[in-house]
Amino acid sequence: MSTNLIEFKDVSFRYGEDQPWVLKNVSFTIDEDEWVAIIGHNGSGKSTIAKLINGLLFPQEGEILIDGKKVTEDSIWDIRKDVGMVFQNPDNQFVGATVQDDVAFGMENRGISRETMVERIESTLNAVGMKDYLLTEPHRLSGGQKQRVAIASVLAISPKVLILDEATAMLDPNGRKEIMQTVSGLQDRQGLSLITITHDLQEVVQADRVLVMNGGQIWDEAEPRKIFAKKEELREIGLDVPFVAILADALLDAGITIAHEPLNHEELLEDLWTLHSKT
Amino acid sequence: MDITFENVTYIYQKNSPFEHKALENLSLHIESGSYVAVVGHTGSGKSTLISHLNGLSIPTEGKVKIGKYALSENEKINDMKELRSKVGVVFQYPEHQLFEETVEKDIAFGPENFGVPKNEIKTRIQKIIPAVGLSEDLLERSPFDLSGGQMRRVAIAGVLAVKPDVLVLDEPTAGLDPRGQKEMMDMFYQLHKEQGTTTILVTHSMEDALKYADHVIILNKGTKYMEGKPEDVFVQREALNRVQLDVPEIVQFISEFNERFDTTIPFQNQSMTELAQMIQRTLKGAESP
Repeated sequence: MSTNLIEFKDVSFRYGEDQPWVLKNVSFTIDEDEWVAIIGHNGSGKSTIAKLINGLLFPQEGEILIDGKKVTEDSIWDIRKDVGMVFQNPDNQFVGATVQDDVAFGMENRGISRETMVERIESTLNAVGMKDYLLTEPHRLSGGQKQRVAIASVLAISPKVLILDEATAMLDPNGRKEIMQTVSGLQDRQGLSLITITHDLQEVVQADRVLVMNGGQIWDEAEPRKIFAKKEELREIGLDVPFVAILADALLDAGITIAHEPLNHEELLEDLWTLHSKT
Repeated sequence: MDITFENVTYIYQKNSPFEHKALENLSLHIESGSYVAVVGHTGSGKSTLISHLNGLSIPTEGKVKIGKYALSENEKINDMKELRSKVGVVFQYPEHQLFEETVEKDIAFGPENFGVPKNEIKTRIQKIIPAVGLSEDLLERSPFDLSGGQMRRVAIAGVLAVKPDVLVLDEPTAGLDPRGQKEMMDMFYQLHKEQGTTTILVTHSMEDALKYADHVIILNKGTKYMEGKPEDVFVQREALNRVQLDVPEIVQFISEFNERFDTTIPFQNQSMTELAQMIQRTLKGAESP
């Protein structure tokens, strides 16, 4: 049974009274165990949503509920136990002198006992594939490894939701793959809500659902396949569409009708193969 | 300006326990007026290579020639400043280097240092502002009040205002949204076409290298691994995978298609439309034996 873990009710936000609305009347819900990708051009309000979820910012209008609790000045310390965030720059998120110190930091702040800490350091670093680096100094890690440690540090406080705010934007292609494999594995195993804020289309196609932001409002909300079927409209609001979606369109122009919007090479090849063997 | 590396080796912190060889016996040639992409995974020596182009690093061994300037351990050049006015480098996240009170002052800082007259600077700024996609009413604003994308553009305008003959771009679009990335890459390409600026792009994006460059250099472990025209280099999937690089998505797809359908559609840097037509012909050809 799935329940709403995050709920935005008519949320509006602006940085000051004389400033324009960054978010206007935004409502959506995110379920337990669900993976939602938020996309939109720079300035569309994506990151503001993340900051509202863990109370780095508060809305002027509407309300936000996390696991039934309203986000307020008083509740944020409780809420932050449930909400883990990983940001863009891998170099700005390290506090510990070694990998294990870093993972311990968040737990120390929450007064978790030593035995539990030792256990969780091991289990979370194992979960992100970094257990061999317990005593490594952070500056000796690659960008992808740093971000995986950052994810482990967040997981160590067992949040209900993990938010990656452009966490792969500064990584090379290998680093990106590492992170996406890590989080999709985690999501399968641990039952965690996952919110990825991203421009990377490979990340978007893996999500259960996509929220498209434009001009501070939800422009569309659907599974990736339905979103990427709207190629022209997506381009108009400054977003990209995947290679296979563009090729499927070109094939249509060349007289080949693809049965359904493909999300990856395999699906497109499969469709072409079916067409091919029918004739 | 032609650029030549002759057997260049560069060692960080030589004769210390932290000694690290970042470039090893690297030789390459970049023709004046060309657009070259330098590709390699993290740690392959890309950034060290770049830092030789405007004399921030001097080869430990070997020689770098940039036009009439030569850099080697024995020949330190006197007019480093002149070299730096000819080679503009856009470093990663250049917006971190903004510091002036206003956008206009920040853009003018470079050319002022190189002794460009005030009037000339004004004229240049007027031309550059629209070219980088900014509007003139931002000139009096503090660069720190701008969005990330706008700050990036201001920083790039500052490099362009020096009018370099060689433009070096180190991952210039990292962190921008898709439209911002495309606008910026198109802007550099236009500059390259219109003014013949020698352009050196360091990138992880095989797609950008394929789209914009006329020559690709693949680095691995501080030395040249492959080079050639993008369409020749990027079809060598196994060789690229060996140094942890992927091929552009279109190349990947064509090879998967060929495998599945037992066909031999070549990669010729074709457009999507052309590829679709090739696929259509292949499927149709198979119909009528």
